[in-house]
Amino acid sequence: MHDAPSPSELIAAVKSFIDKAAAPQLTGHAAFHARVASNVLATLLRELEHRPAAEHDESERLREILGAAPDATVHDMNRDLCGRIRDGHMDAATPGLFQHLKTTTIDQLSIDQPNYSGLEAARSRPG
Amino acid sequence: MVQGATHHRLILRRVPGGESVTRSSEAINLRTESALLGCAQRAGVPVPGVLGVFEPGSDLGEAFVMHRIEGETIGRKILRDEAYKSALPLLAAQCGQALAGIHAVDLATLPDLPRSNGADQIRKYEDIYRNFDLPRPVFELAFSWLKANEPTAHAPVLVHGDFRLGNLIVDSNGLASVLDWELAHIGDPREDIAWICVNSWRFGQIEHRVGGFGELEEMLAAYAAAGGARFEAREIDWWETLGSLKWGIMCMIMYEAFRSGGDPSVERAAIGRRVSETEIDLLNLLEKAL
Repeated sequence: MHDAPSPSELIAAVKSFIDKAAAPQLTGHAAFHARVASNVLATLLRELEHRPAAEHDESERLREILGAAPDATVHDMNRDLCGRIRDGHMDAATPGLFQHLKTTTIDQLSIDQPNYSGLEAARSRPG
Repeated sequence: MVQGATHHRLILRRVPGGESVTRSSEAINLRTESALLGCAQRAGVPVPGVLGVFEPGSDLGEAFVMHRIEGETIGRKILRDEAYKSALPLLAAQCGQALAGIHAVDLATLPDLPRSNGADQIRKYEDIYRNFDLPRPVFELAFSWLKANEPTAHAPVLVHGDFRLGNLIVDSNGLASVLDWELAHIGDPREDIAWICVNSWRFGQIEHRVGGFGELEEMLAAYAAAGGARFEAREIDWWETLGSLKWGIMCMIMYEAFRSGGDPSVERAAIGRRVSETEIDLLNLLEKAL
């Protein structure tokens, strides 16, 4: 299959259309939603760029913390981790756990809301 | 409205269609809200004076009329605009005084209100979160930590329930009015003090713990000087953690409206990507507590 234009190029083109052509002609609620839509596309562009590496690293850390099988998915490992924290078998004192959650959340927020004030605060205090 | 030669600018609060539909199990109705405004005013809290209340079944339906208060409610504007520069240094103490007034209202004079302390709220929000079946390890850690570190209960008081920029009218002299009483309940006074400290309500000004404009110690001192209990800053941490977790789950509730098909708007979809803001705030708070 070809990838010209790539998914990122297509999203960037739609974002440019919203920002430059559509949004300036809108008012009120529709203008607000156009701004939100443009922000969503910016999130998607960051996701396409950063998620594969971030999720790979998250998966490696989860495997180590949980002692999970090599073929366990991130989804299943996170579900397993939630269960173990909930039933008290793991907590913030579990080796590697807090730092893992911090790294994962920093990666997630770098995609979701890279300008959020709490992100800079977390980065400035490496664990 | 004209009274003698004086013009009054008024606000009508009215249930759409005139008939009350309970929006959530904890939101109070307009009649209760208007009664609360009266209680708060008698306690010296700056609120819009209520001029008239209309019963369900009246021509207006369920409604009340209150004075219109000049000023700004939008958090980012209050923190950024030149017009409020003179107000910001006054606000932390004024918020402390207003909260002391709210928390001093005699419970016997209040209309019937829901009761909800910290443990009740943990139970309620954990139920909502679990029903979504979207497990998030940071939330699990926060629930476990909150349950393991629950503070001793404080004597119950009237809690505003949503005391933060966005629900306060601010003018160049500072706090002009406390609005949006629909989440009022009987509970712990530290809930209100901590809610305005939640980082989501600092609108980017993270270094000023109270609402992005003030210091907690100053608000606590003004609160005590106005007759409130003398709380230490570390007593607020647990409640701020609960506040961040609650806001995270409220964002999930708004996303759920999209996921369930109830509200297909892009705004409801996008808010699901703000949950991670509260996760980083929770980790920053837990890191401080560990």
